[in-house]
Amino acid sequence: MPQTADVRINGKEFTVAEGTSVAAAVLNAGYSMRTSIHGEPRAALCGMGICYECRVTIDGCQHRKSCQVLCATGMEIETT
Amino acid sequence: MTRVVIIGAGPAGLAAAAAAGRVARVTVIDDNTEAGGQIWRRTRNAWTIEHPGVETKFQARVIAATQADVTIETPDSCERLPFDKLILATGARELFLPFPGWTLPQVTGAGGLQALVKSGLNIQGKSVVVAGTGPLLLAVAAYLKSKGATIPLIAEQAPAARVNRFARSLLSHPGKLWQGARLKARLLGVPYRTDCWVESAEPGMLRLRTPGGSGSQPFDYLAIGYGLWPNTELAQLAGCRLSNGFVEVDAAQRTSIPNIYCAGEPTGIGGVDMALAEGRIAGCHATGQPTPPLPNRAFVQALTTTFALRPEVRAVATADTIVCRCEDVPLSRIQSCQGWREAKLQTRCGMGPCQGRICGPAIQTILGWPHQSIREPVFPARIESLLT
Repeated sequence: MPQTADVRINGKEFTVAEGTSVAAAVLNAGYSMRTSIHGEPRAALCGMGICYECRVTIDGCQHRKSCQVLCATGMEIETT
Repeated sequence: MTRVVIIGAGPAGLAAAAAAGRVARVTVIDDNTEAGGQIWRRTRNAWTIEHPGVETKFQARVIAATQADVTIETPDSCERLPFDKLILATGARELFLPFPGWTLPQVTGAGGLQALVKSGLNIQGKSVVVAGTGPLLLAVAAYLKSKGATIPLIAEQAPAARVNRFARSLLSHPGKLWQGARLKARLLGVPYRTDCWVESAEPGMLRLRTPGGSGSQPFDYLAIGYGLWPNTELAQLAGCRLSNGFVEVDAAQRTSIPNIYCAGEPTGIGGVDMALAEGRIAGCHATGQPTPPLPNRAFVQALTTTFALRPEVRAVATADTIVCRCEDVPLSRIQSCQGWREAKLQTRCGMGPCQGRICGPAIQTILGWPHQSIREPVFPARIESLLT
């Protein structure tokens, strides 16, 4: 049986495969990651922790780079 | 016993660790969740098990470096690690050139999209245009295709004549020729257009240019990268000398600081084989072991010449194209400045969370402004870390 993780993204529940990054889960759920200072939606650009475009709030902690965090059961993820 | 700290768990860092780990106490630090770097992402999970003597610290970001220690921050701690020898294997990032629409959520790096798919992004049935320059585009397109994406086009900015000359030169590099042939087989039926670049993007539609004209191309994702740019920030912070934008090293991979070594892409974009060789040399020399010889750089030189950027792609940004994505600064506001100092003071360009890692290389490429100064912390850090 494949291992999975249950996370909440913007209040909705999602089950993802083990090893899925938060960035991939957020994009698969149909969200972008953050709103730029002038109000544009933004999503991951570099995919490797350089660009900071994929920042989301994880378990109440803001500005986490979602491409470098793996989903874990119980995680609360919020985009801005 | 010599204490060796290695920054980066990609090919160069892992090769250095394997070599140094035979005789020294080695700690490898990487800000990702596992070993492998970008090229071996999700394929080197077993590495740490195979090298039990080497300590690894993942999700650990180096925020400061001196000539005697590095300061690392993890999601819940911060510590200083002293070293006798430091090996910087910080790799490279993609070069992004701003164009109208590059800030859309559907536009990612070429390697960037590959990394996202490797970490679980579902690309099945999506139409992905792969664009920019270099052989990475082919590898990315083949990977995305294998994951169920449709690739309507690979747009390579380099001229056909140069790409063809490069392809013929592979005959003298049998290993690369074999790689190339396998890629070609995997990309059967995928259009590869040279002399072609992205001029602008709006949701669902790209505007493409060739020297003779322009056209439209529908897309779900655009994966675009204009080659690789070395991550030299940490080396600069430690005081290592750069030359032509790369970390200067001698035949033993020593930087201008005697106990600091550098291996892989920060010393010159050379790909995985060079990175492995340089990592091995650095790991051996830092621990007093005999060093293996360095492979020749003929192939690397051919890559650089073939995929040099054409002037047109340096000029696709328009006045209101955002250049600094962190602070939403358009090109027009930067163009009216004399240089970095004024741009920072007037516009906050390069002062957001990425600290100029994306806009810096872009501005250097399109306006010719040289490197910015580097100061610690080299990544945004928590206040309690700054107090450490």
